Amino acid sequence: MSEMLTTLEQTALSEYKYGWVTNIEADEAPPGLSEDIVRFISAKKNEPEWMLDWRLKAYRHWLKMSEPEWANVKYPKVDYNAIKYYSAPKQKKTLNSLDEVDPELRATFEKLGISLDEQKRLSNVAVDAVIDSVSIATTFKKQLAELGIIFCSMSEAIQEHPELIKKWLGSVVPMTDNYFSALNSAVFSDGSFCYIPKGVKSPMELSTYFRINAENTGQFERTLIVAEEGSYVSYLEGCTAPMRDENQLHAAVVEIVALDNAEVKYSTVQNWYPGDKDGKGGIYNFVTKRGICAGVNSKISWTQVETGSAVTWKYPSVILKGDNSQGEFYSVAVTNNHQQADTGTKMMHIGKNTRSRIVSKGISAGFSQNSYRGLVQVGKNAINARNFSQCDSLLLGDKCGAHTFPYIEVKNSTAQVEHEATTSKIGEDQIFYCNQRGLDTETAVALIINGFAKEVMNQLPMEFAVEAQKLLAISLEGSVG
Amino acid sequence: MLSIKNLQARIEEKEILKGINLEIKAGEVHAIMGPNGSGKSTLASVLAGRSDYEVTGGTVEFQGKDLLELAPEDRAREGVFLAFQYPIEIPGVSTTNFIKTAVNEVRKYRGEEPMDAVAFLKKMKEKMKLVEIDQSLLSRSLNEGFSGGEKKRNEIFQMAMLEPKFAILDETDSGLDIDALRIVAEGVNKLKSKDNATLVITHYQRLLEYIVPDYVHVLYKGRIVKSGGKELALELEEKGYDFIKEELGEEVEA
Repeated sequence: MSEMLTTLEQTALSEYKYGWVTNIEADEAPPGLSEDIVRFISAKKNEPEWMLDWRLKAYRHWLKMSEPEWANVKYPKVDYNAIKYYSAPKQKKTLNSLDEVDPELRATFEKLGISLDEQKRLSNVAVDAVIDSVSIATTFKKQLAELGIIFCSMSEAIQEHPELIKKWLGSVVPMTDNYFSALNSAVFSDGSFCYIPKGVKSPMELSTYFRINAENTGQFERTLIVAEEGSYVSYLEGCTAPMRDENQLHAAVVEIVALDNAEVKYSTVQNWYPGDKDGKGGIYNFVTKRGICAGVNSKISWTQVETGSAVTWKYPSVILKGDNSQGEFYSVAVTNNHQQADTGTKMMHIGKNTRSRIVSKGISAGFSQNSYRGLVQVGKNAINARNFSQCDSLLLGDKCGAHTFPYIEVKNSTAQVEHEATTSKIGEDQIFYCNQRGLDTETAVALIINGFAKEVMNQLPMEFAVEAQKLLAISLEGSVG
Repeated sequence: MLSIKNLQARIEEKEILKGINLEIKAGEVHAIMGPNGSGKSTLASVLAGRSDYEVTGGTVEFQGKDLLELAPEDRAREGVFLAFQYPIEIPGVSTTNFIKTAVNEVRKYRGEEPMDAVAFLKKMKEKMKLVEIDQSLLSRSLNEGFSGGEKKRNEIFQMAMLEPKFAILDETDSGLDIDALRIVAEGVNKLKSKDNATLVITHYQRLLEYIVPDYVHVLYKGRIVKSGGKELALELEEKGYDFIKEELGEEVEA
């Protein structure tokens, strides 16, 4: 047994395969944050006055706030004046078509397995590719536009669809919501905007791929999805970053609005650079994701596979305002080496007959700490609200930690709230059984992990599921005890 | 096929196997019997390569290879199969998926292409009949919520799918009712060929009524103290293990 542990622990040091840097000339802001920088970003993007005012308001509010400390994570304080808030790959001019994308950038995305070439893409996924601060290209725009679906970068949306942005930006996550959402509101550089008109079911998956490339740069993207009455969309988000010794900050805000009878499914495979085996470097992933089921019978479903980042602080939530609306949260969070994750969800039941389901699978290995933090809130008018939460933790080795912090606040006596939690370890018995059938230990661990996470993996769209399964295996290679 | 010479093994500081000698040829069925604590399951575990046990002496040669030098997965890939006394559960992994992974790992080791879905299904259907196992069981998570009989049947089903050269059945009869015992035993009998060998480890003679051994060995206090034909099993059943103790000149408790 002890012998087994050491060999297993040795092989635990899996390599991050997206750790390379692309050599592209960038147009950057100097490090530091001030009103001038906010103005600089806004001017770079040629934004209208109202957008600048919105940003400045957020910035001024942020100055009065302090960084939250309640999460179960420890990290050196971020020096907000050492970060560059804007970095854009230099492109010669505005692009008329995808063919004009810088070959160097195109190669970057090819290397990540994201083809910007529409012919080569899987025909049912449209991609918005974001590098550092700006969106590079959005595929399948024309086909989507024929259905009235708007899928473009946030910068473009501010120019082209100001009425929609003014109406919905900050409507789910107000700029004053928290420290990181205020910061994001002030300096966000790009992201995706997606609008599904009334009665339209998007025929393809919409996807944004985020890549941090530049050094000492923060990435602050902003995503907004609005699903009008009776519409449906499935949205995918993927992300990677180069290996750097410095910690980099990623503070995104994602907002989702689902109106009457609308459904939005949002899936994330988060694979930011997690830092090296000693915990050096890696991304600070401080993200605010929230959706509102504003209309009756609406549904928002979050699915996340979190394997990257040095520190994660993230709670994709649903406000269940419309009667009979449904919220779902499916999560697999893997931490290895010195990674720390404090992640979970908030389900806020406001409307009648609202339902929510939480399935969280935490897998901890190495010296990592993995916390589930979830809030289920039932308001006084939420008659017959139902929640089911299940939080399972799997430990690999004896130097890591798994924690569960469920919060339940119920103000209506007709509510039914259920919470189940389990903690288990991958046993040497399981490994030996697999070995005896011809599986080596790595294959065995991958199999056991994927079995553990199956309920969540099943929620992912096909295109993502295979990739995510491999990712789980890679993140944990052999780290068993 | 298998040649065990003076095999000694211990767990922590406790000596369990104190010099086992055993020759098994292709086409043979051997049975190892013995009272509780005699080292039967330890022998099975050591042959399969469980790391809890430390081999302190002796050699095991399997088809010309030093078995003890091989990692447990390589032993399996070489054709050693252990039907576990207590099969473990793997939640979320379907039995079919598990077996498919195992079959293809073994094929990979032999330099063969992975089996395609159609061929795999065909083979599965064929072997399912052999051990009278139901499709619905194979769609469920591996051994999770299986009854004792279902678990054992699943072990024999895996054996049928993997077609090992040398199979060890570790107390496969324990916890089985008579019908399940018959099905499991018949499965094993159908898998028997002139090219493979089986080692049946059991406490009771009952299983050997169905799986008729060519040789029976009595394991006692870490040593094989008596070997014989299938009639030895009957003798043990009749006289109990005390007669072995008497033969060895030990005192028998009243």
